[in-house]
Amino acid sequence: MSQTRLLRALFALMISVLLALPLAATADEDDGEKEALPFSDLVVSLPEQRYSKETGCVLPESEMRRNHMKHILHQRDETMHEGIRTRQFSLEECINCHAEKDEQGQYIRVEDKRHFCATCHTYASVNIDCFECHSDIPVRKSKLHTLRSSLDPRPSSEHIADNLASGETLQLLTNEDEAQ
Amino acid sequence: MSDISKPKDKARRKFMLKAGVAAGAAAIAPGVFLTMPAPAQAKPANQPVTSSKRWGILVDANKCGDGCNACVTACEKQNGWGAANPSEETHSRPEQKAQWIRKVTIRDKATQHVTTLPMMCQHCETPPCADVCPTGASFKRADGIVLVDKHICIGCRYCMMACPYKARSFIHEDLKNQKPWAPRGKGTVEACTLCVDLVDEGNIPACVDACNSTKGGALTFGDLYDENSEISRELKTYGGKEIRADLGLNTGVRYRGI
Ligand code: HEC
Ligand code: HEC
Ligand code: HEC
Repeated sequence: MSQTRLLRALFALMISVLLALPLAATADEDDGEKEALPFSDLVVSLPEQRYSKETGCVLPESEMRRNHMKHILHQRDETMHEGIRTRQFSLEECINCHAEKDEQGQYIRVEDKRHFCATCHTYASVNIDCFECHSDIPVRKSKLHTLRSSLDPRPSSEHIADNLASGETLQLLTNEDEAQ
Repeated sequence: MSDISKPKDKARRKFMLKAGVAAGAAAIAPGVFLTMPAPAQAKPANQPVTSSKRWGILVDANKCGDGCNACVTACEKQNGWGAANPSEETHSRPEQKAQWIRKVTIRDKATQHVTTLPMMCQHCETPPCADVCPTGASFKRADGIVLVDKHICIGCRYCMMACPYKARSFIHEDLKNQKPWAPRGKGTVEACTLCVDLVDEGNIPACVDACNSTKGGALTFGDLYDENSEISRELKTYGGKEIRADLGLNTGVRYRGI
């Protein structure tokens, strides 16, 4: 066996070990499940079950989980400096939909880790100061419907405007209204 | 609302209405003007404000009632400060209290004539507060409204020193239960916003609305660049003074009867 062939064999062995390492690691983590969303193992409350699957969030759930901060921070600057008041990414509207009540029927405040915006943040040690100023509970009626024309026509967006409430959801909402 | 006539939209609107009611179960009744549909001339919500408008207020001090505090109370209520926010009470001294708008009384020593007028951010064309701000948090919007971007305010209070009108205040306390449309919090400077959230939707500031429903009617709000607006016509016919005109700040708030 010539020296070069031996060297080449050794090299090939090293490369293959190196390549196999990360593969083994991912196989371990994946547990067979493909493309799991971040936080899939965390129980995040649904917004009071007021919405059926079809109504969804203001963007697809996968996008919201990963990039909600980008959208609200962008909205913040546009509203503050340019007076753009679309409601799709308004922080007030996030709260309007996502607020939840506890057993006593009181809205859960953001200091409580059951508050929607505290669930993942507590888990992931993310600290946001937004609620030192912004309301963490709904105060007035949602304006998403009145300012309907204002929904941002971003090419990638698949916003709620296109998702219709099912008859079932409407029924649910009507019942809830009567109960209150 | 291009697709308002589509039947599916109707169903959706019905849903959203319900959704709103459900989500805002504890909603407190906001000022009447909030529930009014936005007037036709309101700019579309997705359009930025432009420098083709300049918002201003004309104060007629002759009509401003001595002892009347309606504008201040309305501002407190609308924006959730002062008497309208109990969490503000605890530690700070009276001089440190929030003050978006205040009543000022002037007595002429010679004639004993008493004039009262509301004093607030004058929405200068060349605002000294913005000049001295180290972070760019104090700024003037294209349509002339001077604001604090509290997201980048570091609480240094240079702007408070620079303002010739003492129109700004600083929040010393942790606050609770702020209005969603007027977020405020410890460590930042604040002032009259000309009720920017209302104005953007084609409504008038709370103080003007309140003053108009008293017998005084001392405040006129409008676009200074629109020569047909009431405020421009009034100013053209009868004039209006700037307070501290010597500073050459070209204020958006003008006074008559002083
Ligand atoms: C020191 C107070 C303060 C803090 C802290 C703060 N904001 Fe704001 N925020 C404001 C003010 C004031 C406005 C302007 C409200 C208006 O003009 O309607 C605003 C407006 C907004 C808006 C546009 C209005 C809306 O409801 O959609 C968004 C979005 C926003 N902020 C996001 C945030 C986020 C995200 C954080 C946390 C990272 C945050 N803010 C922290 C004071 C604050
Ligand atoms: C019209 C009501 C509505 C509004 C407004 C709304 N959401 Fe949602 N959001 C939902 C619903 C419903 C879900 C659950 C999505 C699903 O199951 O498909 C959700 C899911 C999410 C999720 C993923 C959490 C999870 O359980 O997977 C995040 C993050 C989120 N929303 C953030 C926001 C933010 C930030 C805003 C404000 C910009 C906002 N939402 C506004 C209804 C809303
Ligand atoms: C699905 C889990 C989840 C939910 C629910 C969630 N967040 Fe987050 N959020 C995160 C994670 C994780 C980060 C940190 C991302 C990073 O640092 O890269 C984050 C970051 C942020 C940031 C940016 C913080 C910074 O300093 O850059 C803001 C603002 C924010 N979230 C606002 C909200 C609001 C408002 C809500 C409630 C409407 C909410 N989030 C609900 C997971 C979540």
